[in-house]
Amino acid sequence: MATHEPETPMVRFRAVRKAFGDLVVLDGLDFDVSRAEKLVIIGPSGSGKTTILRVLMTLERPDKGTVEVDGEHLYHVEKRGKLVKATGNHIRKVRLKIGMVFQHFNLFPHMTARQNVALGPNKVLGLSRQEANDKAEEFLVMVGLADKATQHPAQLSGGQKQRVAIARALAMEPEVMLFDEVTSALDPELVGEVLNVLRDLARNTRMTMLIVTHEVGFARDIGDRVVMFDEGRVIEEGPPGEILANPKEARTQDFLRAVIERA
Amino acid sequence: MTVWDWGYTAEIMPDLLDGLIVTLRATAVGITIALILGLFLAVARRSRSRLVAWPALGFIEFVRSTPLLVQLFFMFYVLPDLSIPALPNFDVTLPAFGEIKVDDDGIRLGAFATGALTLGMHYGAYTAEVYRAGIDGIQRGQWEASTAISLSPFDTWSRVVLPQAIPTVVPALGNYLISMFKEVPLLATITVLEVLGEARSHCNREFRSLEPYTMTGMIFLVISIPSSLLVRFVERRIGYARA
Amino acid sequence: MFDSQVIESLLDGARVTIQLTFLAGLLGTALSVLSGLGSLSAWRVVRGVSRGYVEFFRGTSEIVQLFWFFFALPLLAPALPDFIPERIVRLTPLEAGVVVLGLNTGAYGSEVVRGAIQAVGQGQREAAVALSLTPFQRMRHVIFPQAVLTMLPPYGNLLIQLLKGTALVSLITLSDLTFEAQKLRVNGTADAPTVYSAILVMYFIMALAITAVVRLLERYFSRGLAIGRGM
Repeated sequence: MATHEPETPMVRFRAVRKAFGDLVVLDGLDFDVSRAEKLVIIGPSGSGKTTILRVLMTLERPDKGTVEVDGEHLYHVEKRGKLVKATGNHIRKVRLKIGMVFQHFNLFPHMTARQNVALGPNKVLGLSRQEANDKAEEFLVMVGLADKATQHPAQLSGGQKQRVAIARALAMEPEVMLFDEVTSALDPELVGEVLNVLRDLARNTRMTMLIVTHEVGFARDIGDRVVMFDEGRVIEEGPPGEILANPKEARTQDFLRAVIERA
Repeated sequence: MTVWDWGYTAEIMPDLLDGLIVTLRATAVGITIALILGLFLAVARRSRSRLVAWPALGFIEFVRSTPLLVQLFFMFYVLPDLSIPALPNFDVTLPAFGEIKVDDDGIRLGAFATGALTLGMHYGAYTAEVYRAGIDGIQRGQWEASTAISLSPFDTWSRVVLPQAIPTVVPALGNYLISMFKEVPLLATITVLEVLGEARSHCNREFRSLEPYTMTGMIFLVISIPSSLLVRFVERRIGYARA
Repeated sequence: MFDSQVIESLLDGARVTIQLTFLAGLLGTALSVLSGLGSLSAWRVVRGVSRGYVEFFRGTSEIVQLFWFFFALPLLAPALPDFIPERIVRLTPLEAGVVVLGLNTGAYGSEVVRGAIQAVGQGQREAAVALSLTPFQRMRHVIFPQAVLTMLPPYGNLLIQLLKGTALVSLITLSDLTFEAQKLRVNGTADAPTVYSAILVMYFIMALAITAVVRLLERYFSRGLAIGRGM
């Protein structure tokens, strides 16, 4: 386990189990992410790395175990010293601290870029129409797409769509950002613009970032810790310099070799 | 006088069931005509000759967009006075359908025959579209592959296209069959004594309309719901077979 | 053949037909949305009610329902508890027409709405969850607007079905287009071929109008979307 600061971890999984039918993807997983940590998760498909993000984002519910965000239980509340299942409202409240960017963007096609980014602040954070729009502009500027504010997703390139998706997630001012293979669906020449935005975020903010990716070079660049996942558990972890250059485990070596060959 | 009279209900049920038999007969004749007519219309619509394709399309669109009730009235009141000089006079009686008499004044069909024919015509326009969707749904590649192995047009249709198109259209046709069954009561307005006609005649005689109409409604429910479940079942089975 | 009396009567009838189509269409649309959303509800009871409603009206004959609502329903008056006014079961022809046609359109429309909502990609729902939108907000701002475009063509067909169904009210003495035509034929003012052909053409024109309106709506709702969008 990596060294922790004595303060509470930003994300804590305890004994989390998730199965899909007969397939057990996470089996009693214990997993911590520190505050402001930039964590890179690598591993083959089916390893459970995406499931971790989806459980955190409440897109999947764990069968067993607990998830804590910033010291607060996500799926449970404490009642008289015992943990009981939380209501939808409680889950939503805690989840507000987490933002996610998806592999396939999932932008709302019937809205302009600005409307996509402003929707959350307006409807969830309660900002007025004007305030939400201003905020949206701010974040679109941050990702370099101020001039595309009035365009619909259909008119944007893959890289632009993903940057709008990032702006949309950031506009909710989360403390934890999840990135689920956000460049895997992009044409190679568009990957760079997205990675640049991520690099900015990693270098200039105290946001906790969980990044699932195949981009090994990028991981080396901005990661504080790299975790290799397979079969629902942590195979190996450590600073990027160590793991990526000198992986100790065979599975890590195999995986990295395959990824680099593909690239 | 009580609101619901079970005794009266028992009295009228035999007549309602007699009417139901007529309803089922009309459905059977109607769907037969519709399936055949629809096929002709669908093929005509795909014809490369505009002289054939356009009237077919016009017929389909017009019949699909206008009320069956009005079409029934039209056929019932207009046919007897529709004399077509080119048509030779004849008189023939078909099983299940009834008598067809063509003379100098017009075309005389019994009320049942007129109703069944109109149903067939109306739903023929629907089935034509179903066939078309099924045929269009066959991927281009199938036609091209057939050409590549030099299959005759006949064999292409009978061995490649139709065997793939028909399973997809069966559920849709099944649903139209059920729809037709539920529209047969319209024939009561042109004096056919099917189930609604029987109900009405009882209402007019005994002035109690609650039981006749409620039981008529129940009869349809009892037949339609299992039928649609059956169609859905067939649909799922076909889906698995093709997957 | 087409004297002014004929034309006037038919236009009067057409007016009633249009009015009926409009009112029943409104009721039907409201019911479609309610029932369509209900069929996807998390609560089993709500799903059950929606399913029951849809199965019932898809399983019964529209003309039988019409006769029942108009002729049979009033006979339930003696059985009504005191606090329910009898007027509720004594429907005018127009009311019976709107209720029956609306309920039927709503039942078929419910399935159209449901199918369209289910057709919206899962990713959209996930993105909305990621923004912490409430279930209601998700449906209202993200899912439903996208579903509307898919709904329109089949719903247009249902509206034409509704238009055709209005002809049935002539059988419960409402002076719609078909009723007027019947009247003209029966009192000898016009002959059958003329008057029935005329109203067939009039119905056809109304159906074309409905199709045109639906096409316009389709164009409005697909602003900004590319054909074959894959977001």
